[in-house]
Amino acid sequence: MERLKLLTGTAVCVVLTGLAIATAMADPVDDTLEIDGVPMITKAPAPEGHPFKEVLSGWLFREAETRATEAESFANPGMFAVERGAEIWGTVEGSMGKSCASCHNDAAESMKGVGASYPKWDAKSKKPLNVELQIDKCRVENMGAEPYKFDDADQIALTTYIKHQSLGTPVKVDLSQGDMQTWWDKGKEVYYTRTGQLNFACASCHEGAMGKYIRADHLSQGQVNGFPTYRFNTAGMVSLHNRFRGCIRDTRAEMPKAFSDELMALEVYVTWRGTGLSVETPSVRQ
Amino acid sequence: MAATPKPRVKVPKSAKAGEVIVLKTLISHEMESGQRKDKEGKTIPRKIINKFSCEFNGQPVFSCDIDPAISANPYFEFSAKVPESGTFKFTWVDDDGSIYTDEQKIDVN
Repeated sequence: MERLKLLTGTAVCVVLTGLAIATAMADPVDDTLEIDGVPMITKAPAPEGHPFKEVLSGWLFREAETRATEAESFANPGMFAVERGAEIWGTVEGSMGKSCASCHNDAAESMKGVGASYPKWDAKSKKPLNVELQIDKCRVENMGAEPYKFDDADQIALTTYIKHQSLGTPVKVDLSQGDMQTWWDKGKEVYYTRTGQLNFACASCHEGAMGKYIRADHLSQGQVNGFPTYRFNTAGMVSLHNRFRGCIRDTRAEMPKAFSDELMALEVYVTWRGTGLSVETPSVRQ
Repeated sequence: MAATPKPRVKVPKSAKAGEVIVLKTLISHEMESGQRKDKEGKTIPRKIINKFSCEFNGQPVFSCDIDPAISANPYFEFSAKVPESGTFKFTWVDDDGSIYTDEQKIDVN
């Protein structure tokens, strides 16, 4: 995305902000996020048993221009995915002649706050479900439609749309449901296990080196409250499991499949690590 | 994002005569540079928005040519002085000849 600033005053202002960030270096910025004037929680006290005292949104670790893009929904290209998701919500698919809206009506009401509490326990499959898997379950069982292929553009758009209905709602997973605690334990093990030729665990970067630079990249706590997220480097939406796999690929390890038990456990654990942060979907990152 | 490009513009609904206002535009477009190859090694043909312009009551306000280095979903933000009530017309020209437009009225008092 290219910004042309013709108003000289604005251009000067942007340059100065840029300099301030460069000298402040590694630490997360002291800034507050309001999306279209609605305040977001980007700093929250950590839940009990958390390695940090305070959980921080990845927004605090990004450049001033990137932060500004997220703060205004008009400028946020991730909103295209939200608009596409709204179209899918009302589109009839499958043998039963139903759309999402046939059962769930207006997403602004029925899905409000829902995305903030996923992953949720599914008693039938005895596994946690994230929003993507819940959509697939609905498609198969209630619509007579095919489940989405992983990272199908429509899967990302619909997930983004549903999670966007929780914009601002603090993340809270319920670990008391079913065996969620066991999956949390498994996810914690994945988080702290070193893998790949580089021998990195998730914690090596996002806990041990949080706030430092890895080459040109400013390491955040690796929070997932803004997923699916719009990334400038691909000029498109990135799903959480794509991001997980990307991180694991970068350690030069074998990548587990999306929505595998390993990555679902990791999602349960990492989502818990961001307890209290506002859902920012679609967040904007570098 | 290969769906039909969708333009979005943000113009204040009203302004005072002679006031400098900020106009923001964004269009969903893949901006395929023509320099990438697909899995079979074939060049993916170039498809970009190559021109953008803005007019106010038929008078040019801002225009630019766009080249392949501009990334997807091009965003333009610029300012204009509005002397009277009227209509801003925004035009994006695609490589395949498609033209996407949007219009926004502004009341000047």
